[in-house]
Amino acid sequence: MAWTGKILRVNLSEGTLVAEELNREWADQYLGQRGLATKYLVEEIAPDCDPLGPDNKLILATGPLTGTMASTGGRYSVVTKGPLTGCVACSNSGGFMGNELKNAGWDMIIVEGRSPEPVYLYIENEHAELLPADEIWGTSVWRTDEWLHNRHQDPLLRIAAVGRPAEKGCLYAAIINDLHRAAGRSGVGAVMASKNLKAVAVRGTLGVGNLKDPKRFIEAVDAAKRVLANNAVTGQGLPTYGTQVLMNVINELGALPTDNAREVQFDGAHDISGEAMHEPRPNDGKPNLVRNAGCFGCTIACGRISTIDKGHFTVSHKPEYWGASGGLEYEAAWALGADTGVDDLDALTYANFLCNEDGMDPISLGATIAAAMELTACGALAPERTGGIEFRFGSAEALVKGAEWVARGEGFGLDLALGSKRLCEKYGHPELSMTVKGQEFPAYDPRGIQGMGLTYATSNRGACHLRSYTVASEVLGIPEKTDPLTTDGKPALVKAFQDATAAVDSSGLCVFTTFAWTLEDIAPQIDAACEGDWDVDKLLTVGERIWNMERDFNLRAGIGGDEDRLPERLIKEAAKTGPAKGLVNGLDKMLPEYYELRGWSADGVPRAETRARLGLS
Amino acid sequence: MQKALLIDPDKCTGCLQCEMACSFEHEGRFNPSRSRIRVFTFHHEGCFVPYACTQCADAWCLQACPVEAIVDDRTLGVKRVVDERCVGCKVCTIACPFGTINYSQASGKVIKCDLCGGDPACARACPTTAIRYTDADQTGYEKMRRWAARSITAAEATA
Repeated sequence: MAWTGKILRVNLSEGTLVAEELNREWADQYLGQRGLATKYLVEEIAPDCDPLGPDNKLILATGPLTGTMASTGGRYSVVTKGPLTGCVACSNSGGFMGNELKNAGWDMIIVEGRSPEPVYLYIENEHAELLPADEIWGTSVWRTDEWLHNRHQDPLLRIAAVGRPAEKGCLYAAIINDLHRAAGRSGVGAVMASKNLKAVAVRGTLGVGNLKDPKRFIEAVDAAKRVLANNAVTGQGLPTYGTQVLMNVINELGALPTDNAREVQFDGAHDISGEAMHEPRPNDGKPNLVRNAGCFGCTIACGRISTIDKGHFTVSHKPEYWGASGGLEYEAAWALGADTGVDDLDALTYANFLCNEDGMDPISLGATIAAAMELTACGALAPERTGGIEFRFGSAEALVKGAEWVARGEGFGLDLALGSKRLCEKYGHPELSMTVKGQEFPAYDPRGIQGMGLTYATSNRGACHLRSYTVASEVLGIPEKTDPLTTDGKPALVKAFQDATAAVDSSGLCVFTTFAWTLEDIAPQIDAACEGDWDVDKLLTVGERIWNMERDFNLRAGIGGDEDRLPERLIKEAAKTGPAKGLVNGLDKMLPEYYELRGWSADGVPRAETRARLGLS
Repeated sequence: MQKALLIDPDKCTGCLQCEMACSFEHEGRFNPSRSRIRVFTFHHEGCFVPYACTQCADAWCLQACPVEAIVDDRTLGVKRVVDERCVGCKVCTIACPFGTINYSQASGKVIKCDLCGGDPACARACPTTAIRYTDADQTGYEKMRRWAARSITAAEATA
């Protein structure tokens, strides 16, 4: 119950679509979404398979609370072996796709093989078919979305699609649903395009029901919503400023990686902040922010809906960008802004719109452009290699040209589409790549927020803030305040956050709820909806099991403890300004303790007793 | 006292809690496609607009129904579909100028907002008070209040 109990298996090589029963035993051990889809993936693919080859699989998975009235219960995850990292990749998206899949009666779609021709997957409740995508291949996500709505004469279709970068093999191509929500990280879009699958279009009218105890579910959901409404972060900060509430805060803390993490504070931080998005523009008197928006079922509504100044150089001759679209979230504003040294809010918003339009991860895009800028600064990359434009820190022109070239798969964009690690290797300076396991790290400098160093180093999908967001504790004091400048206690904090987050990511709920909710708020909602007894301890065990399963896959894929490390800059070059001045990240102090707490060997391999305790084969 | 749904699109974030609440109340499932209230997204403009039956006093749907399956409940101020009488002819869906009464393939009847018998689930579920249930004679009250407040600002400015 709460699960629909059905999986759609699509074999693109054979052109077959088969309904299967969900493995309920696995659902009890891995809950749903991230955990359950990863279980299917690790059971079904060879860890050493080519991420962009037909042997890799792509799984779109909902959680048991997806499609219910639980606040934020509309999430789905895309799980696959990622081309950017070679690790297990799991990208979570909101919008309205997850609930539509669930309303069509599916917990999960498993996509296998590779279609001989471009196709899209059309699902109308139990009916599913593959249809030709020749007319939309080579077009953007926005164009694809419009074409599919017209083709099916159905304004209510929910669509997830890849754009041109994915087709051209951009290693951080995203899957975009609902025009501007993204399964953004780790290049899941490139995997989808490698299968010649352009889009998934879904219409579900069956509804989501079969709750274990509907009355208790509604009571639990209502109580949890009140917690969100009464919390300062989820009730006020996020609706008003979105995640961009953090820009000035993190800059003050001296933890805002700037100019490819050469600096930890950005002079232009205010100009690209959540506060600035509310301020009237000089040219037209309108603010960047049109309003906030919620994903399906979300009572927080942190989403930004923005416009660009029509007179701005990026769009003055392009009316197609004069309307509203998903605006800057903190990570995107950091990557496209502080990390590149660009303080032009309209230029950042335009680059972000390109990410929406064509499906690119703005974190990896921004960080890769920042790396190109440092390569330029150190003389390794001349303007003749970069389309005649000097990739200088602070150059809005370089930022938007770079974004346009990646979006269209043109010129220097093909180099930028490789991601920071491969770009820096290609131009002879691998040390300038701010990545872990090949994935660009996000908007928190681990010299100023020590726990984030361990978070990045040990994340199973490469550097990522969303696997253990210790910023909550180290900066915001949630659930309790810890000192961001020390490593003390951080291994335990990281482990606890990793396990809890893995459970939340498997439920159908959004991890942003955990600014206000603990598992004490979440467990009753799952327990009232789902078969079985779901309490906090069980969720933590499920989370720990998922974490170890992901780790195990990475180990079998050849990515071991020797890759649990940070870019040299973060552990050798001290922060030059701010509260963390003089500090580097103390990863070497945290990592051994973390391994021990995890029940792993000194080289980062889960011990036999740990595996046995968690029921991992 | 009759009450009415008062909708303020400026407050709507497009979360669809109202659609889930409506469908759960009427159908026992979370199913936006069966919701009597719908939220429209105007992506290009960045707007979300909830829309539902306004319960016309002289209702086109009621007038058009050939089998008297739509009844006027004066106490609640609601036009309600009597399922036992509805034959699914859809004439009411043609007559309604606003599109707020619709056929349901699942039941073979039409469905429309019935104000949940006086305690609308959509208004209860809305996290931003974009949907409220207020005195049917005073739906303009808050708007009047906002304009009234402007005169204070104007008075302060001239003081």
